Amino acid sequence: MQIVAIGLIATVLIVVVKSQRPELAVLLSVAAGVVLFLLVLGKIGSIIDVIKDLAERAGISMFYLGTILKIIGIAYIAEFGAQICRDAGEGAVATKIEFAAKILIMVLAVPIVVAVFQLLLKLVS
Amino acid sequence: MGSNLDLIFKIAGVGILAAVLNSILKHAGKEEQGHLVTLAGLAIVFMWVIQLLANLFDQVKSVFKLF
Repeated sequence: MQIVAIGLIATVLIVVVKSQRPELAVLLSVAAGVVLFLLVLGKIGSIIDVIKDLAERAGISMFYLGTILKIIGIAYIAEFGAQICRDAGEGAVATKIEFAAKILIMVLAVPIVVAVFQLLLKLVS
Repeated sequence: MGSNLDLIFKIAGVGILAAVLNSILKHAGKEEQGHLVTLAGLAIVFMWVIQLLANLFDQVKSVFKLF
C-alpha cells in the first residue's frame, strides 16, 4: 500500500515538475526510486538470512552463496543506474553501464566456472 | 521512511519554486538571475539526492556483502 502510494505521489510530482524543469524531474525520479528500494531492502535482508541458514544446513559452501549474492547486488545497482540514464534519454550511457555490470559479473563467476571444470576433469581422469 | 518521503516533497517544492521564481524574474527582465536560481535549485537538490544515493549504496553493500 505504502509503496504504491509513494509511487503515485512521486509520479504526480514528477509530471508537475517536468513541464517546467526537466533536470529536476530526473533527480526526483532518482529519489523516488531510492526511497522505494530502501523500503524493500530490509525485507530482502531477512530473506537472505533465511537462505543463508538453509544453505548452512544443506552444507553448501558460503563462498558460492556469497558470490551469488554479490552478483544479485551488482545486477540490481547496474539496472537501477541504467534505467535512470534511459529515462533521462541517454540510452548510450545506459548500455555502457549494463556492459560494465556484465563484465563484473563474469569476473565474479570465474572461480565457480573453474571449480566446475576441475570437477569435470577429476571425473574424466 | 517519513524523512525519505519528505525528501520527495522537498525536491518537488524546490522544483516548483524555481520554476515560479524563474518566470517572475523573466518578466522583470532579469534573465541572468533566473538562470542562477535554476542553478542553485539544481545544486541543492543534487546534494540531497547524492546523500540518498550514498545511503542506498551503503545499504545494498551491507545486505549483499559486496566488496
